[in-house]
Amino acid sequence: MPDLDMSPYAAFVWPAWAVSALVLGGLVAAAVAASRRWARALRTLEREARADRETAA
Amino acid sequence: MMFGLANPERFMRFSAPLVPWIWALAGVLLAAGTWLAFTAPEDYQQGDTVRIMFVHVPAASLGLMIYGALGVSSFLSLVFRHPLADAAARAAALPGAAYTALALVTGSLWGRPMWGTWWVWDARLTSVLVLFLFYLGYMALRSSIEDEAKAARAAAVLGLVGLINLPIVKFSVDWWNTLHQPASLLRAEGTSLAPVFLWPLLTMMAAYGVLFLALWLTAIRTEVTRRRVMSLRARAAWSA
Repeated sequence: MPDLDMSPYAAFVWPAWAVSALVLGGLVAAAVAASRRWARALRTLEREARADRETAA
Repeated sequence: MMFGLANPERFMRFSAPLVPWIWALAGVLLAAGTWLAFTAPEDYQQGDTVRIMFVHVPAASLGLMIYGALGVSSFLSLVFRHPLADAAARAAALPGAAYTALALVTGSLWGRPMWGTWWVWDARLTSVLVLFLFYLGYMALRSSIEDEAKAARAAAVLGLVGLINLPIVKFSVDWWNTLHQPASLLRAEGTSLAPVFLWPLLTMMAAYGVLFLALWLTAIRTEVTRRRVMSLRARAAWSA
């Protein structure tokens, strides 16, 4: 079973893991958000371009 | 095959089915590494602070390797003027900076109880700080020049210059007397780590590596999509 009693170093071990989790989680969230934002922008532009072509035809 | 994948269209087709699997593998490895890190025994000298090593060493190693990837991509971007190489360099900068910052912060959190200080200006710590500043400089330079082609070239030159720092970081503990301990994992005479600490460390290193791969591929794909959007917007503005 995991050993979660970090004494007497809990004030150093838990912040090290917490800051790692926060930073890695932030990187993942930022990458996924940027990916979705630009994919949505591309879909919108392609839809508009298709509509323009159909109107012209 | 590598040159074939340098075509953005082909890269997007090839990477699309791979990326979700790489994200999943990173998640599994992170969970396994965390479990192993907290089921490992205390070290007889370091006590529970040995568990900081399972997040510090992977962050430090990857911070160094990612800069290597940024430097090689910068070289390919400068020599071949290939947009995908430039996208790869750009996409490596943020995760590289974040990993290096984590190495500095977690190292400091380990140093305080073990060395009695948060920071010393020894060769290893200082050269890693310089590595972090190269990452920041790369990102700042890119965002400070409006013309994307000029920004890419200037940043690529800075990326290449920063490669000089990599052997200094790696061999600083051999070339100078440092408070930071010498290499214990990658040594000519083999690792000095006991298996109870080696396996959690290797698992966390694999987790950090695969996570970077997922972040990198996702960011390169995003950059290719962003450039398509910008080009479509420019075309629409021109024809309007």
